[in-house]
Amino acid sequence: MPAARYSIFSLLRNAATYHREWQAAWRSPDPKPAYDVIIVGGGGHGLATAYYLAKEHRISNVAVLEKGWLGGGNTGRNTTIVRSNYLWDESAHLYEHSLKLWESLSQELNFNVMFSPRGVLNLAHNLHDLRELQRRVNAIRLNGIDSEILTTAQVKAMVPILNCSPNIRYPVLGASLQRRGGVARHDAVAWGFARGADALGVDIIQNCEVTGIRREGDRVVGVETTRGFIGAAKIGCVAAGHSSVLASMAGLRLPIESHPLQALVSEPIKPILHTVVMSAAVHVYVSQSDKGELVIGAGIDAFNSYAQRGSLPIIEEIMASACVLFPMFSRLKMLRSWAGIVDVCPDASPIISGTPVKGLYFNCGWGTGGFKATPGSGWVFAHTLAQDRPHPLNAAFSLERFTSGALIDEHGAAAVAH
Amino acid sequence: MLLIDCPWCGPRDENEFQYGGEAHIARPKDPALLSDAQWADYLFMRGNPKGRHRERWMHRSGCRRWFNVERDTVSHAITAVYRMGEAPPATAKPAATGDATSAEPRSSGDPGQWPAGGAE
Repeated sequence: MPAARYSIFSLLRNAATYHREWQAAWRSPDPKPAYDVIIVGGGGHGLATAYYLAKEHRISNVAVLEKGWLGGGNTGRNTTIVRSNYLWDESAHLYEHSLKLWESLSQELNFNVMFSPRGVLNLAHNLHDLRELQRRVNAIRLNGIDSEILTTAQVKAMVPILNCSPNIRYPVLGASLQRRGGVARHDAVAWGFARGADALGVDIIQNCEVTGIRREGDRVVGVETTRGFIGAAKIGCVAAGHSSVLASMAGLRLPIESHPLQALVSEPIKPILHTVVMSAAVHVYVSQSDKGELVIGAGIDAFNSYAQRGSLPIIEEIMASACVLFPMFSRLKMLRSWAGIVDVCPDASPIISGTPVKGLYFNCGWGTGGFKATPGSGWVFAHTLAQDRPHPLNAAFSLERFTSGALIDEHGAAAVAH
Repeated sequence: MLLIDCPWCGPRDENEFQYGGEAHIARPKDPALLSDAQWADYLFMRGNPKGRHRERWMHRSGCRRWFNVERDTVSHAITAVYRMGEAPPATAKPAATGDATSAEPRSSGDPGQWPAGGAE
């Protein structure tokens, strides 16, 4: 089914009919008895995987199974920050590949994902922070990725509302800046990939929860779902916080613990913050959405949870931090808070890998920072599924690294305390 | 928000406590004999169940003692609190998913079977 292209003309044409004639962006087919590949999880990463499987690898006999609705998990619950300023080569290459895909994603998908490269600032509040940021910026630049150090005066000039007084407990001593980083519209990413995948023949099946993984010997043959058994020789699990649950269905254990990560938005206000400000030491990150809401997040709740809600003290800490850095925010009302269940790995890096069970693959462990990687994650996972081996970009992100010890410690660049 | 019943100090606000992760992960008795896969299982692999979870907490702002809690990871309801060294309470059935309660070492194959390198 070729999707009608979106353009100024389609907009005008549909305006003439009061927008009643828009086609559905994707079909809602009944599941077939079997597929070449099943993707478990209809978030951004899963839908991107399906899209690139069909687009890059000509495998379109693919189903995406989603237990709820598309993008209703962490894709719709993050703070939409996109950047690639990671310390280690492996991470830098992976996230930079993703950032490059972001830069042309709206054109690629014919869907406005509202990627806005408005810059991402990481603040330093003590000498150690500053030196660590300088080290990271140097490493990032050696990998050919834009990054620079700003002085306090430059930070103040860029973000006048930021409290740069030397007399606060954690004064701003400088910052790193990635100008190509920014934010994107989270729902649009899921919808754009869903529409693109559907147009290439992928079946997107919502309200279809996987309840079991059927194995024959050492390989998978399909999944049990709330809509019956669906066969497939290859299964890619992209279920974020529920990855361990899926793994246990196949008798596997993962080095992952699920935690709530909370975020909140303020009432909408006029444009006041044109960039993304992150602080690991004071521990808050803030940007302003196009609707005018301030989008604010910080650290995870420490305990394991699948509940998509966290505890109030975390919210209090986030807001205290936000008010220290931006005193004028103290008069704002917060509209909503929520939590997503993040799959945290011991080294704060993802797992994009096959498993000891033949035909079973996992793309998980993105923890608190998966949104930025959505297109790149799908791109490398599609390659891994299609070729049954990793792309060089994700070779280091194997499950095997926890046995070999070749961890990729990105707790610093993750910018969220775990 | 959790209300945790410290075995020594009584019910206190979650804020006073430090979380310590999955409980009952025993250090290997003879570490020198462990394979890399067994070390990985001990160090990194976790049950992470959706449902009943046995976990360690420490009363950081109180008695500073460690103890165990059995808590549901979906409802957050605490079903038992017991001291270090005590056996976990008998339960009607183990966690809905995952195998956090299993005492057996993992035997689900060698993770090294899948090629780790990107020979391309």
